[in-house]
Order: sequence, then structure tokens, then C-alpha cells
Amino acid sequence: MIPELGQVALCLALAVALVQAIVPLWNPASAALARTAAQGQGLLIAFAFGCLTYAFVTNDFSVQYVAMHSNSALPLHYRVSGVWGGHEGSFLLWCLMLSVWMVAVSVFSSHLPEDMAARVLGVMGVLSAGFLAFMLFTSNPFDRLFPAPPDGRDLNPLLQDPGMVLHPPMLYMGYVGLSVAFSFAVAALLSGRLDAAWARWSRPWTTVAWVFLTVGIALGSGWAYYELGWGGWWFWDPVENASFMPWLVATALIHSLAVTEKRGGFRSWTVLLAIVAFGLSLLGTFLVRSGVLTSVHAFAVDPKRGIFILMLLALFIGGALALYAWRTARIGLGGAFEPVSRESLLLGNNVLLVAAAGTVFLGTLYPLLIDAVGAGKISVGPPYFETVFVPLMAPALFLMGVGPLARWKRASLPELAVRLRWALGVSLALGFLSPLLFGNWSAMVGFGLALAIWIVSTALLTLKKSLRQTRAHYGMVVAHIGVAAFVVGVTLVKGYESEQDAKMKPGEAVELAGYAFRLEEIASVKGPNYAGAQAKFVVSRNGKPVTVMYPERRHYTVQDQVMTEAAIDPGLTRDLYVSLGDPLEGGAWLVKVQHKPFIDWIWGGCLIMALGGLLAASDRRYRFAIRERRAAEAAA
Amino acid sequence: MKTIWLPLGFIALIGLLAAGLRLNPREVPSPLIGKPAPHFELPLLHEPDKRFTQRDMLGKVWVLNVWASWCPPCLVEHPVVTELAGSVPVIGLNYKDAREDALPWLKRNGDPYQFSVYDAAGRIAIDYGVYGVPETYVIDQKGVIRYKHIGPLTREVAQTRLRTLVKELDGGG
Amino acid sequence: MAAARVLLLWLACVAALAAESPGLEKRTAALAHELRCLVCQNQTLADSNAPLAVDLRNQIREQLAAGKSEQDVLDFMVARYGEFVLYRPPLRAATLALWIGPFVFLALGVWLLARRLARRRAAEPELSGAERERAAKLLE
Repeated sequence: MIPELGQVALCLALAVALVQAIVPLWNPASAALARTAAQGQGLLIAFAFGCLTYAFVTNDFSVQYVAMHSNSALPLHYRVSGVWGGHEGSFLLWCLMLSVWMVAVSVFSSHLPEDMAARVLGVMGVLSAGFLAFMLFTSNPFDRLFPAPPDGRDLNPLLQDPGMVLHPPMLYMGYVGLSVAFSFAVAALLSGRLDAAWARWSRPWTTVAWVFLTVGIALGSGWAYYELGWGGWWFWDPVENASFMPWLVATALIHSLAVTEKRGGFRSWTVLLAIVAFGLSLLGTFLVRSGVLTSVHAFAVDPKRGIFILMLLALFIGGALALYAWRTARIGLGGAFEPVSRESLLLGNNVLLVAAAGTVFLGTLYPLLIDAVGAGKISVGPPYFETVFVPLMAPALFLMGVGPLARWKRASLPELAVRLRWALGVSLALGFLSPLLFGNWSAMVGFGLALAIWIVSTALLTLKKSLRQTRAHYGMVVAHIGVAAFVVGVTLVKGYESEQDAKMKPGEAVELAGYAFRLEEIASVKGPNYAGAQAKFVVSRNGKPVTVMYPERRHYTVQDQVMTEAAIDPGLTRDLYVSLGDPLEGGAWLVKVQHKPFIDWIWGGCLIMALGGLLAASDRRYRFAIRERRAAEAAA
Repeated sequence: MKTIWLPLGFIALIGLLAAGLRLNPREVPSPLIGKPAPHFELPLLHEPDKRFTQRDMLGKVWVLNVWASWCPPCLVEHPVVTELAGSVPVIGLNYKDAREDALPWLKRNGDPYQFSVYDAAGRIAIDYGVYGVPETYVIDQKGVIRYKHIGPLTREVAQTRLRTLVKELDGGG
Repeated sequence: MAAARVLLLWLACVAALAAESPGLEKRTAALAHELRCLVCQNQTLADSNAPLAVDLRNQIREQLAAGKSEQDVLDFMVARYGEFVLYRPPLRAATLALWIGPFVFLALGVWLLARRLARRRAAEPELSGAERERAAKLLE
């Protein structure tokens, strides 16, 4: 009964989406209708999501999706997060996130001209209609299974983890949030009104979407690190790249919007970036769900679904690009600027970020290209990406120091050089000397640390004149410092991480990076849906005890899968990582011990970046209610 | 200038992705096609003191089928292999198996192979580029690998591809 | 007596192997990170616990210990599994676009940027004296 209600709700939501798509775009005076439709969709999709959650929680295995991804022995919290553990449910989550953004736009758009609000919601209605149609026609989460099996196939053990609770929702909020920037761009193209005001409206939405995407990616990386058991945190896997590309373009977009808002420049380029950013989100969805590329993340593969998503991609992005090509001539140039100016430096940032996104795109799709033209099968993996990516990003990181200090419109290169010379000197000196602290000098580590110190010192330099800056400015400072922290983490981990594989029996010990890991005992453990072995490692340094670690090796009974649960001792300056491998003859076990210096700075840096973004988005000039109230008070 | 490249590039991308839907990214074609079958000398499964080398089959067209008792798809393709064995000599390569499991498996399901060789460590399979059982090779009279099928054989593939190829090679002399 | 000699020989071998181990393990791991696990969903040989991955890692270790170079081992794998097994695509005609692509993108971006900046300067018209007067009047 409940699943059927959920299905009806989705059908109704599709009908409402169609109304929201057609009416406001036809008649831009119907903003009120658009808002009501958006909120109606929100209610309906939330209800449908609630129905699916209910089916999971009550172990309703007559619903095919529940039978595929749940089990009566599955703990309650994983039954709830299991709702988005497979393709159909995760797509319902996608639609739910879109409806959340639509409702948010409908509520926080009172400061927009009515026709703009109508068009933005209209475009979002088109998107929602397309996604709901896809779900109802090819991926219905409420399909029934007759006869209902007595129990389910259990959630993939890799997903039975707290990371599952946050990572997909955060990531989807980011992906889907870029649709708001997209909708603003298309609405601007439709209305012909593309100016600084448009950028001011669009910017906070884009920044918040970027924040979610940053957090979502960071969570995914952190989760892979502790869940997959071998200490890696980024694999340049196609699905990871599919989230990284929109992130790079979204970063370029928030910088481009800054110029459009302040100086009215880059309008045409900003609109194009907004379209491309969301286009890459859609491309990501296609790659994950169509089976076109091999990935650990891929959902159950079905080319039919791939065709539908490809059509949506062609329609939405193709349509937007066509509109762009048609309308862009009318947009014209914005405020002029010199070759050396903040505008041109920000353009430089954009060029580098877009080139980086293009590089990731090229590497990800190249095997497909080679295969499609019949030139064989190749693999493009981390060795390639690491070789080409760093040379592209290094100049961007350097420019991060120069841009905020350059004047708008016309900056003086000699003046900049004078202002920056101390920062440059300090960065180079400290950066290239620091590796000595770790006992092992390396030019690459010196280079990375120099860049990080450069970013921090130049960011703080912008505060030298006055500490009284806008919240947006502080947001930038904080976000840039976050990038520097990230760079420190990556540089030091890549430069100094170490590992050891050993065959150990209880009573034996291994040494790594000055730490002694002694295996005390192996005990058997039992969980709600698994059984396994747990090792007890006592870790000491210079004879003093540091911590006790309990890595496990679990066998999940229903899916007959073996998984290793690594034990991690986190720290500000290093993580200790122990994973239990296969049992060997004679009571010995394969053990992998790793030392990861400063690895938590990677995710810490991402969180600081996100914080900076939130600060910037909450800047006073976006708080429209305040301004309108003040204006009303002043008039009274 | 920008405006023409955008739609062109986008259409090309859609075309590429559409083409991609028809491809299988997990299938790895063998680089050994057209190359001489890698040399090996292995004991027989049934008679451990007798040995076989691929040179023994020179002058004949034959099929090498990689199988194991722990491999469910091998059981699925077994009837097809049995049928195929009626028209061309099929030699089995028992991959990373235990004799105590392999021999009963053959007894239970029938032994279509002229004989099987025993590759306990899987070294020879690596030389042949085996990455998942079952896999099947067609080798000609000169000892050159002419065809490799990855995964369980279907009747369709056995009839249309393998038997036609074998007939061709036999006819060609 | 013979037994003692055999024992000594065996101990010497073990000692030799143990002495080699640290460098050998590092080299094996480095190579394993460059190669693809064919039975996995996009993982390196280093990260996978699949039986074939374990076998191939052992192969790498044995070959390196026997004195083969890194390139020899890579060639060994490619001869059996094709270029698919390399995570660092080899540089040849078909992959040229892949390797120089990123730098082409960068160069293209920089060129377009430079052109844009030049066009902006050209687009800024210089006002003539009469036009300047007219503008001043209109602005009053």
C-alpha cells in the first residue's frame, strides 16, 4: 500500500513538474504559480522518499529495490541509509535534493524580479520533469517483486558504514545545486538580462552548491581511506573524476562570478561556465549509471538507462548551449581592464582550472575514445593523472597569491612585485628548508610547501591594510588557507608516507617510522550480519605506549564477502594505519602497517575551504531581507 | 569563433558516449592472437608422471579450454564444450585446482577433453594471458593462437565462430 | 657433513634474500601501482586482494629478484595482457593526443586569453576632439 502511494506521489510530482516547466517559461508573469509548483513538488517527492524509507525500515521485501539492497539482519541506521544504496533509490535521492533546492529558490527569491524568479523555477521544472520521467520509466524504486522473497540480498558491506549516511546526500546537494547556477544562466539568456545584478543573485547559490560539492568529495575521499583498507584516498577513478570535474569548473565559476558582479565583465563566459558545470554533473550521472566506464563506484549497469540519461544530457545541455550561441552576441563586453589587473589574473585562474578540468575529462574518456575508434584497449590511471595534473595546478596555486592583491581594472606589476617580495622570499626560504625537518630533503616537497606558505602569507597580506573587511573577503582568505592546508597534506603524504607488509604471529612486532607495532592477540568477533577476526596491536614509540589498535577482517554472511576494517590512529601530524589481511598457515596473518604524515590536513583543508565558502555566501550584501527592511525604514 | 566549436564539440561528445554504450569496457582482447602459443610442459591431470607440451599438437588444429572445479561458469559451458569436442580435439588446462576436486568434477559432469593438463600454480595460464576462467583458445597446425574466447562458451559462439574457424584452418591445410 | 653444508647454503640464501628484501619490496610495490588488476573494477595490482593479483605480484617480485629490470617486467605483462594492463599509457601515435592534450589545452587557453585582452584594447575607441565635446555636453 505504502509503496504504491509513493509511486502515485512521484507521478503527481511529474505532472506538477511539467506544469512548472511549461507555464512560467511561457508566461514569465506566473512566478507565484512557479513557487507553488516547486513547493508542491517538494512535498510530493519528500513523501515518496518517506514511503521508500518506510519500506526499508519495515523490511518490506515485496518491493524489489528493498529486496536487492537490504536484509532483516541489517541494523536500522543502515536500513535507512540503504535507501540510497542502489541506483533507483539514489536517483530518488537526487530528485529529492533537486526539490530541496527548488523549494529553497522559491522561498529565497523575493528580491529577484518576478520574471527572473519565474524563469529560474521554470528551468528547474524542466530539469525535474526530465529526471522524474527517467526514474518512473526506467528506474522505478517502487517496483514490486512477486513472490516476495523471505529475506533480502543485504546492503553491500562496503556501504554499511557511517560514511554512507553523509557522503551521497552531501555530494548530490552539490551536483544538483549546480543546477541552480545553470537555471540562473539559462533564465538570464532567455530574458536577455545579463548584468552585475544577475551575478549578485546567482553567486550565493553557486557558492553554497560548491561548498556541498567540496564537502561531498572530501567525505568520499575520507571514507575510501578508512573503509577500503589499503590507505589510499584518491584513485582517479572515473566516478571520482566525474565529481572532480564539476568541482574544478564550479571553482572557476565562483571566481568568474566575482568579476561579473564587481565589474560586469566576463558575462558571456560566466554563463558558459555555469552551463558547463552542470553539464559535467550530468555527465557524471551518465558515467556512473550507464556502464560505459569501469569503476568500483558504478551502480548496476544498464545501457537502456544510459540511453535515457544521454538523451537528457543532450537535451538539457545541448539546448542550453544552443541558446547560448544564439543569445551570446547580444550580451556584449563588460567593463574594460588592462592586461595586468585582477580581472586578467582571475581569467588566468579560470584558464588554468578549465584546462585542468579538460585534462581530467581527456584522461577519463580517452580509453572510451580509443576503444570506439577500434584502436585497442588502454587504461589511463593515477600515473597519468599525477604526471599531468600537478604542472597545471601549480601556476594556479601561485596566482592565488597575486590575484587578491591586484587592483581591479588596472594593476601595476612593479607595485605588486614590491608588495609581494617578502612573501615570495619567505615562502621560498621556509618552503625549501622545511623538508629538512623531516630528515629527508626533497625538491618536490619543498616546492609544495613553498606554494602552501605562499598562499597563506599572501592571503594574510590582504588583511595588512585593514582588518575590517567584508565577510566575503574573509571567506576568500579562509578558503584559500584551506587550499594551502590541503596542499601541505598532499605534499607531505606523497613525500613521506611509508608502509610495511609483514607476516605476523601473536607476539611478534614490526617497526615503521619510529613506531613499534606489536601484535598481541587475535580474537574472533561477531556482528549483526558478519563474523570475523580482530587483531590487537599495541603501538609504542621509544618504549612509551602510544595507542592500541584493533583492525578486523570480516566475513559478511549474506553476500559472502570478505572485508578488511582497518584500524586508524588519527593525529594532527600523522595517521597510523593497520590493516589485517589474509590468514596464513601456522597461525600467522598478513598485516599491512602504514605511516601517513599530515594526511588529515587533506580533509581538514577541504573543510576549511568549505567554511570559507559559507562565510562568503553569508556576506551582508546577500542578506536581502536586511536591505529591504532598511530601505523600508529609511523611506518611512 | 567560439560559437561553432561548441555545438560541434558537444555533438561529438554525445556521439562518443552513445558509441560507448555499445562497447564492453571490461573485455580485454588478447595480444596473443596471431602469435605462437607460449611454450609449456605440464603433467597430465589423470596421469601425473606423464607430461605434455603444446608442441605435441603440431600438425593438428586444436582447442585449449581453461577450466576449474571451483568455477561455476565452467559448469555452465560444459555441455557446449562437450558438443564441441565431437568435432575438434579439446584439451583442458586445469587452472589452480586440486586433483582431489578436479577429478571428481570430471567424473560427475563428464570428461569431454582428450586429456587435461594440470596447472596448479597458474603460471602457464599467466603466459597465456588468462585472467578469468573459463577461457578458450583455438590453435592451428603451426602452433599459432588464432582465436580466444573469454568467459563461458555459448552454443552460438561455438557454432558460428569456433567451428567455422576450425573448418577453415583444416581446409587451408 | 653434507647436511651441515646444505644447511649453511640454505641459511646463506635466506640471508641474501632477507638483505635484498627492503629494496625489492619497494620496487615490487612501485611496479604493482603501475599495473592494472584485470579481474577488478578498476584497481591497481597493489591494492587488490584478488587471487590473480596476488599471483601477478609474486611474478613481479620473482622477476625483479632474478635481476630483470622494471621495463622487462612491464613488457612481460603487456605481452600477455595487452596495453590495457598499464595504468600509464605508453606514448605512441594513438596516445599522443592524450599526453600532449593537457598542454595544448593550456596553450589554447592562454592564446584565447591573450586574444581577448588584445581585442578589448582595440575595441576601446579613441574619441576625437569634437566627440569629446559632444560627450561632455550630453553628460551635463
